Amino acid sequence: MAATLASLTPGQRGVISGYAQDDAFTQRLMQLGLIEGSEVEVVRCAPTGDPIEVRVMGYALSLRRSEAALVQLDEVR
Amino acid sequence: MAVSSARRPVLVTIGNPNTGKSTLFNALTGLKQRVGNFPGVTVEHVVGRLTLPGGEVDVVDLPGTYSLSAQSPDEMVTVDVLLGRVAEVGRPDAVLLIVDATNLRRNLFLASQVLEIGLPVVVALNMTDLCETQGVRLDLPRLGAALGVPVVPIAAARGAGLSALRAEIERAVQGKGRASPLRINAPLRDAAAALAAELEARGVLAAPAEIERALVDEQGYAERRLTERAGDELTARLTAVRQALSQGRSLATLEARDRYGWINGVIAAVEQREARVPGWRETLDRYLNHPVYGSIAFLLSMAIVFQSVFAWATPMMDLIDAGAGALGDQVRAAMPDNLLRSFIIDGVIAGVGSVVVFLPQIVLLFSFIIVLEDSGYMSRAAFVVDRLMRWCGLSGQSFIPMLSSFACAVPGIMGTRVIGNPRDRLATILAAPFMTCSARLPIYALLIAAFVPQKTWLGGLLNLQGLVLLAFYLLGMVGAVFTAFLVNRIAFRGPRSRFLLEMPPYRMPQLRSVAVKLLARVRIFMKRAGTIIFAVALVIWSLASFPRVGGDAGQPTTAPAIADTYLGRMSRAVAPAFEPLGWDWKVTAAVIASFPAREVVIAVLGTLYAVEDAVDGDEQRLVDRIKAAKRADGSPVFTLPMVIGLMVFYALCLQCISTLAVIKRETNSWRWPVTAWLYMTTLGYLGALACFRFGSALSG
Repeated sequence: MAATLASLTPGQRGVISGYAQDDAFTQRLMQLGLIEGSEVEVVRCAPTGDPIEVRVMGYALSLRRSEAALVQLDEVR
Repeated sequence: MAVSSARRPVLVTIGNPNTGKSTLFNALTGLKQRVGNFPGVTVEHVVGRLTLPGGEVDVVDLPGTYSLSAQSPDEMVTVDVLLGRVAEVGRPDAVLLIVDATNLRRNLFLASQVLEIGLPVVVALNMTDLCETQGVRLDLPRLGAALGVPVVPIAAARGAGLSALRAEIERAVQGKGRASPLRINAPLRDAAAALAAELEARGVLAAPAEIERALVDEQGYAERRLTERAGDELTARLTAVRQALSQGRSLATLEARDRYGWINGVIAAVEQREARVPGWRETLDRYLNHPVYGSIAFLLSMAIVFQSVFAWATPMMDLIDAGAGALGDQVRAAMPDNLLRSFIIDGVIAGVGSVVVFLPQIVLLFSFIIVLEDSGYMSRAAFVVDRLMRWCGLSGQSFIPMLSSFACAVPGIMGTRVIGNPRDRLATILAAPFMTCSARLPIYALLIAAFVPQKTWLGGLLNLQGLVLLAFYLLGMVGAVFTAFLVNRIAFRGPRSRFLLEMPPYRMPQLRSVAVKLLARVRIFMKRAGTIIFAVALVIWSLASFPRVGGDAGQPTTAPAIADTYLGRMSRAVAPAFEPLGWDWKVTAAVIASFPAREVVIAVLGTLYAVEDAVDGDEQRLVDRIKAAKRADGSPVFTLPMVIGLMVFYALCLQCISTLAVIKRETNSWRWPVTAWLYMTTLGYLGALACFRFGSALSG
């Protein structure tokens, strides 16, 4: 079962292995640095659990869980 | 040089959001700015004037963006300006690329795309003063060599490095600048150039850079626009070229991989990052995003914003109102009672006053919004509240605009610029006018006090009048949520709402930068909205003042009785349409006259029911008069069902020319203000009809 960015808990990291779909939105994520091979860390969740804040390429970005679920990971730590 | 001497050189500024781009733009151009919209799109361009020793330069500030990919005409403007396709701007002589030194890796993505366009570029490396605290060391000569263009370290918020930057800009616009030789994906660039030549042979002119975007951004705006011009066979050509280049993956994936591959090489050569101990920013973030403390901080900051636009602005607004009133009295005392006096007092002074009265709220709200944005808290607030707002069909970024619309929809709608997603922005713009603004309070207060019984329960804790007022606040919110739902389901079948927001590091807002941004906002409102509001105020004045009576035998004309004015005649003519709501022609006249600004209804009712000075506190007499108002058959006009219906009408109807003017401004089209007006008027009519009919049936 493949891990996604939405399945991480705060403090966990993973390496991006690909995307569940290929469209303008995932293109935007890639342009923001969420590319194959780059490491992402979930920093925290909002008080209601959604959206989540992630750290990638040295900066912080927030996105909704439904969108984070498109980002597939391996090497989850 | 003789060729271009007819016009000033053009410099275009571009960069990621949160890089201090507008701060730098303001620092370079000062207040010599003018704002305009590009035709057909909602983005505006700000053009400033930069004075250099060798002459003046027009500086065009493009909206902050993360890449040149375009899904909409709004996003395509950036590419078109860079390619010299926008007539209002002309061909840029140079590009000023703003790059955040503390976030170089992500910033270099857009930079690499802009460098490949081939214009002379100057890189302003901003935030260099923060590098040290963030543990970042950069080798600037190497960075300049890697990018192939001059790199100038600056700290825009402190004004550091600007003279060196001006010198490089001067060189660049005088034709002594350099274009970068960067070529990241050579096969893609060659394929785009070949396709451009192919199209040119068929008589279709397209820049290789535009074709490159069409190839990479599949089904994006560049492709849609190009196939419209070159015909459907181009789609097949694009697909063939993509297949030849793509190695089984999408070109978008390859673009990101190739550009970040190049970027990683640059970073390895120029950047050293020390692992550093977490500082106050991390501590602050832990508290401000904490489930408990974060929610408290959020509620507290929003309470302050709400309080400021609602309560703190009131004394200033009262002062402006009183000032306009006093000025009117001066004129009244100084001039004879004639048409000119009425025009000056009720047309010009009242019209200008109705614009200026919004200023305190706009100034206060925008001060808060700018400080929240510049400090970095705005993103955190949106993060905390996104879930709740999404449930309402909006996004976290809609929260402040919706909250401030409780005071006034005008600053609220102007505040929707922080919303990145076009669909969320439109939903917020159309939902905002439903929120119970302060202008609805006078009519609620008057009618509730007059017609809702004084009943209390639980020892005065609950009282019926308060509950009815609360119900009307809730009605407004329900209307807003319903509208957001409609926009999402029907009006806008674009990509669904997304929430993708950078969380920039906390920064101390700089007074000068906040002041300049605030002044720019205020000037936009005064100039654009002001002209429309003023014009409509004059139209209503004319309707309520003409035709004049008398004037025979050299006698001066006098103001007509209200029933005989064009407004009165119009109201009597359309009164049958409002008869089903239980309104007589006087109520109809009051409603029509308050379409430009709903708060004038009290004054108009006062005039209609012949009460002097109804505005100045003598509301009890107005209440007595309207309670006593009778129809021809002797039954009272103001029954409880009719009054509730009238309040529902005021809750749902868009009776505010300022709001319409601002919707027009912010969407750059008459389509949405007209739609919103028709939609809300229909809702208001149906709501009032339902209340009156059901209520009358119930009360027998």
